[in-house]
Amino acid sequence: MPAVSLTVNGKAVKATVEPRTLLVQLLREQLRLTGTHVGCDTSQCGCCVVHVDGKAVKACTMLALQAEGATVLTIEGLATEDKLHPMQEAFRENHGLQCGFCTPGMIMTAVDMVYRLGHELDERTIREELEGNICRCTGYHNIVKSIAAGAKAMKGIAPSHQAAE
Amino acid sequence: MYNFTYHRASGLRQATNMLAKFSEAKLLAGGQTLLPTMKQRLASPSDIIDLNKIEGMSGIELKGRNLIIGAMARHAEVASSPVVQQAIPALAALAHMIGDPAVRHRGTIGGSIANNDPNADYPAACLGLAATIVTTKRKIPADDFFKGLFETALASDEIITKVSFPVPKKAAYQKFRNPASRFALVGVFVTKRPSEVRVAVTGAGASGVFRVPEFEAALKKRFSPKSLEGLTIPADGLAGDIHGSAEYRAHLVGVLARRAVAAAG
Repeated sequence: MPAVSLTVNGKAVKATVEPRTLLVQLLREQLRLTGTHVGCDTSQCGCCVVHVDGKAVKACTMLALQAEGATVLTIEGLATEDKLHPMQEAFRENHGLQCGFCTPGMIMTAVDMVYRLGHELDERTIREELEGNICRCTGYHNIVKSIAAGAKAMKGIAPSHQAAE
Repeated sequence: MYNFTYHRASGLRQATNMLAKFSEAKLLAGGQTLLPTMKQRLASPSDIIDLNKIEGMSGIELKGRNLIIGAMARHAEVASSPVVQQAIPALAALAHMIGDPAVRHRGTIGGSIANNDPNADYPAACLGLAATIVTTKRKIPADDFFKGLFETALASDEIITKVSFPVPKKAAYQKFRNPASRFALVGVFVTKRPSEVRVAVTGAGASGVFRVPEFEAALKKRFSPKSLEGLTIPADGLAGDIHGSAEYRAHLVGVLARRAVAAAG
């Protein structure tokens, strides 16, 4: 089987995978990073969003082999040992979740949103940007509040922030 | 997903040779359509030739009066490119309307055009802007490129390298989304060029993207939404399904064309 080398949450990783192995399968099933969820497996729900070379992508719609040489950040890589990432903290403060299944994807999408659009995000922008993330509890109201607060709280944090390094 | 052999192409020549060598091979660009299709087992290629590591395929530049976009340029790159925003703002806006932010980080213009989904946005832009599709073999005018549902003029061992868009005087795209899939139920791209007016429609045709000569003639006389008043297109040859009848789509073509002309200013 082919091999793939990549960096995940700051650690060098090497794995052998089938060509059809998806990035999300490599993360969850081989690396045991089960914080990245699979909701729909059809690139619609956004539960599997991770950052590949600093950009939010749906890990269910990318082959593991395509991550050769890439730097991948998952939800597990956001917090430091004893401190949540400001976006995670904002979701906690604002109760930005109900069942929690969509939360990892929401947070990775939110952090990407801040990298691209800055720290002052209005409600309309946030709702538009969440087009590819679905919350089946329909708890969007507090998710939107969380992202607006988290975006402000992220001021001063370098975009390449990787706690696991 | 059925298994396949994976090849990481390092150059276009190598990718072309592989395409010729493996009869059931598919090119992998952004993968935002191909991979979901393979998961559903609607496609089962024997070989996947990944274009992502080929250098120099995603540049965006203005050359004279033409905007040249590399085939591997991601939708997000086209949407946020200051060059595109300045030269053809309607094209940047269209790219920003495709899929969602994560999909736009992966999906490519070349992949979208080669796939020629009847509901995709880029085919309307190519046809509406009189683009030229540049491949490893030749240059194909958009008028000759889109051949039907998921059908193009591409030969089996031909690869799109870039798309050249002549900068128009005015252009705008209007899209009426399917409320569930968010794909274009109907999308209309209107362009005013020095020599002609073009109206290209995606989502509505039973055999893919098409132009509306009657609208173009009326707009050429006077480029105003008023010029389209009373003009309609027949429902014959339009797609009809649970999302909308052919008659409904025909109606939307008129509405969106008028809105696009108004938006183009």
